[in-house]
Amino acid sequence: MPDTLTLAIMDAPYEAAASTTALRIIAAALRQGINVNVFAYEGAVSLTMKDQAPHANPVKGTTVEEEDHPTTKDLVAALVELGSSAPSLTWVNCGLCADERGARNWIDGVKRGSPADLLEMAAQATTTLVIPTK
Amino acid sequence: MRILNIVETAYRATLEEQDDTVLWLSRALQNAGADLTVLLRANAVNYVVGQMCPTLSIGSATIKHPAQPNEDLAKLQAKGARIFVVQEDLDERGIDKQRCLAAASLIGRADVAELLETHDQIWHW
Repeated sequence: MPDTLTLAIMDAPYEAAASTTALRIIAAALRQGINVNVFAYEGAVSLTMKDQAPHANPVKGTTVEEEDHPTTKDLVAALVELGSSAPSLTWVNCGLCADERGARNWIDGVKRGSPADLLEMAAQATTTLVIPTK
Repeated sequence: MRILNIVETAYRATLEEQDDTVLWLSRALQNAGADLTVLLRANAVNYVVGQMCPTLSIGSATIKHPAQPNEDLAKLQAKGARIFVVQEDLDERGIDKQRCLAAASLIGRADVAELLETHDQIWHW
């Protein structure tokens, strides 16, 4: 039976390097055959907002195409694709956190859940890694 | 109006943003006509150390244009901004000044107050 890693993440997109570190850990774990569960808590529910859009960079004078800027929803979508079978990625957004932020329009492959899901995922996991907001 | 942007927080979501947000804002303000000085302190002093900024792939998504703080600082300076770095913050991190961009001026903590006095507004990020 493959190992399972559960992560609880908390930072909103575009706020901290910790979010990218979490995404890199998820990608590395999936590539090594480890199942991954993610519980996105508080601001982290916005990582998967479907309406995120890339933009041009007027400071650098680059167009939106030249800037070629993946948004966090693109990065998570790539992970969902990577974990679509085995090993698998289960991504759960905290529903109440999403409600209070009006952040409910997510990309496909993301589920709504509650702290009970975090508890269940932690119980299933070989270990749980918490990456909090600092 | 002279603005002093003090940058303290370093590498804050620079991968997701493909920029340091305050250096980006400084350049945007400068393009809008601002008379700017940048003072790097705390961990942000590392922005004057010559560094590589490789691309990053997460699954099939790639961050192809990562932040380039050295380049951002050079472009700010090319348009007239002065760049200062707190000497003691470099020393505490074991960063030799030989590793720093020549464009940056070192300033001691004891001299920062005098620098503040020469600006109309101080924005500490």
